[in-house]
Amino acid sequence: MNVLLIVLLTFVGAVGWMTVITREPVRQAIMAGLLGLLLAALFFALQAPDVALSEIVIGGGAIPIMLLLAIGKIRRQDAAAEREQADQ
Amino acid sequence: MNRSRKVAAAVGLLLVIGGFVWGATGLHKFGNYNFRYGAIVAKDSVPDRAAVNSVVVTAFDYRAFDTLGEEFILFISVLSVGVLLRRMREEHESDGDDVGPEPTMRGSESMRWLGAALAAPVALLALEVITHGTLTPGGGFQGGVVLMSAVAFTFLGGEYALVARLRGSATWLEVSESVAAAAFALLGLGGLISTGIFFENFIYKGQAGLLTGGFIPLANIAVGAEVAAGFLVVISELLYQRLLSSD
Repeated sequence: MNVLLIVLLTFVGAVGWMTVITREPVRQAIMAGLLGLLLAALFFALQAPDVALSEIVIGGGAIPIMLLLAIGKIRRQDAAAEREQADQ
Repeated sequence: MNRSRKVAAAVGLLLVIGGFVWGATGLHKFGNYNFRYGAIVAKDSVPDRAAVNSVVVTAFDYRAFDTLGEEFILFISVLSVGVLLRRMREEHESDGDDVGPEPTMRGSESMRWLGAALAAPVALLALEVITHGTLTPGGGFQGGVVLMSAVAFTFLGGEYALVARLRGSATWLEVSESVAAAAFALLGLGGLISTGIFFENFIYKGQAGLLTGGFIPLANIAVGAEVAAGFLVVISELLYQRLLSSD
């Protein structure tokens, strides 16, 4: 195991932990994206470029985007429900 | 009650940790791979299938049946997410504002330019990754998601007008997703018809080089189209709903 792998594994562990302890959903989605990019670097260092390529796009892009869109949708629904209650 | 629960949880946790540590001590040394399967596949993929990338040869030829399962998992996930989201949209539309969105441009000018500039090169990269799966790292799944991100770049660039237009061609996206999923299964049937074995590589394989490996490039194209179209169905539906309800 070389220095690069040790550094990457440490970062993946640290960012994974930080993703779990982040409680605010938007920040958490962005942390999950960062974790995806770090995992992609780790896969590349472990000579799995096939897996790294998918991880960059899915972990670093698709998952955070879908999470952000879903969070936005929930917040708008909540806001609409609150408005309705205020009207009554 | 609470106390006995905690005891039960602690016992379970200790068993899991103990089992994990016990299992981990029996692992091979890090980076020390000495199983036969990998060596055989790496040695055989060039003489046997005229393809250099043994990962793709395994996924799309030797283990194509597994990939068929994976492909249908994706297909069914997209289908169910689509059904769920559309149901929610119908509820929203029945609230009275079923006028449809006004196609407008949003987002900053520089984001739009960046998105538009990146879309074409990334799409080209995606096509390269899909078609050269037999030669270089990549293949249908990876190329498919890259192709999806090329289209997504234009959304992120704030081209909401384009999202609205894409909704108009949603049927085409769904049709191409289904056709691509069926195409992969048909390649398996082709093997069954011409050699009697499901997913036998029945196309002339040629010498190792560009576009060889029998049906592997075709399988990659089918999977790439399915992955890209499937992701786009979900993302465009989510973005369209955002467009509907954002004022």
